[in-house]
Amino acid sequence: MRRFSWVNLLLLLAVLLLAVVPLAFGLGSGEEPFSGADALAEQAIVDDHPDYQPWFSPIYEPPSAELESAFFALQAALGAGLLGYCFGVARTRQRLRDAAGRQRG
Amino acid sequence: MHIAEGYLPPEQAAAWFVVSAPFVVHGSRALVRQVRADPESKLLLGAAGAFTFALSALKIPSVTGSSSHPTGTGLGAVLFRPPVMSVLGGIVLLFQALLLAHGGLSTLGANIFSMAIVGPWVAYGSYRMVRRAGGGLGPAVFAAAALGSLATYGVTVAQLALAFPDPMSGIVGALAKFGGIFAVTQIPLAISEGLLTVLVVRLLSRTSGDDLRRLGLLRPAAEVRA
Repeated sequence: MRRFSWVNLLLLLAVLLLAVVPLAFGLGSGEEPFSGADALAEQAIVDDHPDYQPWFSPIYEPPSAELESAFFALQAALGAGLLGYCFGVARTRQRLRDAAGRQRG
Repeated sequence: MHIAEGYLPPEQAAAWFVVSAPFVVHGSRALVRQVRADPESKLLLGAAGAFTFALSALKIPSVTGSSSHPTGTGLGAVLFRPPVMSVLGGIVLLFQALLLAHGGLSTLGANIFSMAIVGPWVAYGSYRMVRRAGGGLGPAVFAAAALGSLATYGVTVAQLALAFPDPMSGIVGALAKFGGIFAVTQIPLAISEGLLTVLVVRLLSRTSGDDLRRLGLLRPAAEVRA
């Protein structure tokens, strides 16, 4: 049990470290450090193909950067919430099974 | 890996829809079959969908000074095989196209092909290869999630290079250019994604051991620890 939790903790720490190191060492570059790679690709297309006209535009666009990040937060929250719910249900089921097993055995 | 709305020429956007459509149709059937044959697995299906939903919303800074996001499709591909992920990944991409103006409806076919089709298949293939070579569950899941993530971005690079060859150096130059934007950025993220997916599978092996045995991830009785 203890080794199990330790390994999980180390996995989480490694993920955090991988995200924090670029920030802590100030590796950000360009006008807007740490801008999204998707946006950079879009910019590269615009730069090299000035005559290209996007022929379709988003049906709905969040009116501000704040609202856009709100939607992203909503997406992450919904995903994490459902994932947490699933783990809660699975864990409870496991416990009930264990308890039933003990009673029988 | 989201190609922005309108940023593929109409013929190519349409071609990617044609390529992706059969996978999504087949995937929907596979999803329905999975739920009917094994209603108990609905909970894990929800978990796999939730995992990709949450992870693809997270923009994480990378060593190249830009940021990008994981795909989260490796978990579902390993648990339920890739066809199911073409549907779950497609739902995520549709949500982002409609509400976030991230990706787009016109580029949905292309984005589904990279994130919901090639990524999951590479993930599943990597998983099977590591397992067949005698690797444990942990290393196999790590390889699946990390390589699936890289493959997704590789496909995006190829799609963009095909659509926008460099004015001077053509498709090859464009491959290098878009590769420079996405590939190195994605390496630390792919590692993160691999580690996170291993973490989730480890937790699942504790809470849902029976399900993982039924899905073939754990051998009967033995190998309780990932």
